[in-house]
Amino acid sequence: MATVAKEWREIPARYNLEGSECGNCNRKYFPKRSMCPFCRRNGFGKMHPYQVSRKGKVFTFSVIHEAPDCNRSLKPYAVAMVRTDDGLLISGQLVDVDLLKIEIGMRVRSVLRKLDEDGASGVIHYGFKFVPDL
Amino acid sequence: MDVGIVSYGAYVPRYRIKPEEIGRVWGADGKGMGKGLKIDQKSVPSPDEDVITISSEAARYMMQRVPDVDPKEIGAVYVGSESHPYAVKPSSGVLAEVIQATPSLTAADLEFACKAGTAGMQMCMGLVGSGMVKYGVAVGADTSQGAPGDALEYSASAGGAAYLIGSEKVIARINKTLSFTTDTPDFWRREGQPYPSHGGRFTGDPAYFKHIISASKMMLEDRNTKPEDYDYAIFHQPNGKFPEKVAKMLGFTPEQIQYGLLTPSIGNTYSGAVPLGLANVLDKSKPGDRIFVTSYGSGAGSDAFDITVTDEMKDYKRENAPTLEKVLENPVFLDYALYAKFKGTIIMPE
Repeated sequence: MATVAKEWREIPARYNLEGSECGNCNRKYFPKRSMCPFCRRNGFGKMHPYQVSRKGKVFTFSVIHEAPDCNRSLKPYAVAMVRTDDGLLISGQLVDVDLLKIEIGMRVRSVLRKLDEDGASGVIHYGFKFVPDL
Repeated sequence: MDVGIVSYGAYVPRYRIKPEEIGRVWGADGKGMGKGLKIDQKSVPSPDEDVITISSEAARYMMQRVPDVDPKEIGAVYVGSESHPYAVKPSSGVLAEVIQATPSLTAADLEFACKAGTAGMQMCMGLVGSGMVKYGVAVGADTSQGAPGDALEYSASAGGAAYLIGSEKVIARINKTLSFTTDTPDFWRREGQPYPSHGGRFTGDPAYFKHIISASKMMLEDRNTKPEDYDYAIFHQPNGKFPEKVAKMLGFTPEQIQYGLLTPSIGNTYSGAVPLGLANVLDKSKPGDRIFVTSYGSGAGSDAFDITVTDEMKDYKRENAPTLEKVLENPVFLDYALYAKFKGTIIMPE
């Protein structure tokens, strides 16, 4: 049950890339922070939700051949660091893509996919992955 | 008050399998089966896709095309499907969260075999028309099931489309909707069963044809129209053959149904079938076009719609999301082994 509650708290980030922005220096963060490490006490109480762009470019990537159980039916698969159009760096799985055609700089966007499920009777965990942008 | 479609979005997974590949595994004439059903290939969801992810993608495309609509003004979200990932826990709640419409709205999952998507559209029309909500979202989506080796396995596929129903900036006015419903046991799936059962040929005349023809004739009579008054027609499409036949029986031409008939290239997307066909027609339509729609859900019932594309279509940001034609480009074909893995039919260790 601990997992259910933890993931429930993360729904805005997992579904819609909700991060945070410091109201003092306007720096943006994903995942969200409750304190700006640059402004420290000056930013205290000024952090507010920020909607990160769902589009961006592949910054770097790697192809995974030894997968955890949740991804055993998807291997080999790619994981990418994506520079979003508003400048954040986010890592996630890159799917629906020919692994030999992934290039640094290729346009991608985030979509909702199943990340894992707690067996046949447990909860299904949804979250963002990246796909090539049409 | 005009009530109708304010926006729409459509999504189909990129994977495909051909009937001959399915037939190869089961010692059947797959090519002949595909020819008989008029299905060249069918879509297959990726292992990480289900009705919730397909609905989300379609609904996000829908929202991208109306950047001025505040999702918080959506008062109802309905997802129609016969393959909701949970037996108890709504797909519609997840979707409402994904499009950031929560929390001030009503939501529910619908099931009426292949017509739950159009039933959702009717429910949204009622809520909008009565002034209870400003916008309603209706989705028809499925990752449909067909037992391995059964005739359904050659057609059951995956996809869905989402519709934003409202009364402002309506791109396609729904002039009228009506339904024809009976208790006809042509196709069913019991609680806990992984695959549906069907009545074979019984799914034809007393089921599909009777209900579509009855609802369609009721609509033509009510509107005092003839088939030639419509530019496009969309009928439910469990295979490529039935909609062609029902169109002919009603007096619609092959040209009228060509854009709304997607089953030959993606299979039967069940609750997604008519919503996807309508999306493909809206991708190509222009102001003044008149569209005739009749869905069908086993069990059994048909919802008919008389739709007129309005001048608002000129300013509609259709280009903000890919057309269905674009979504269907560059499919990846699977062999049966990969298909079985994608469908989760291989028993894996815990």
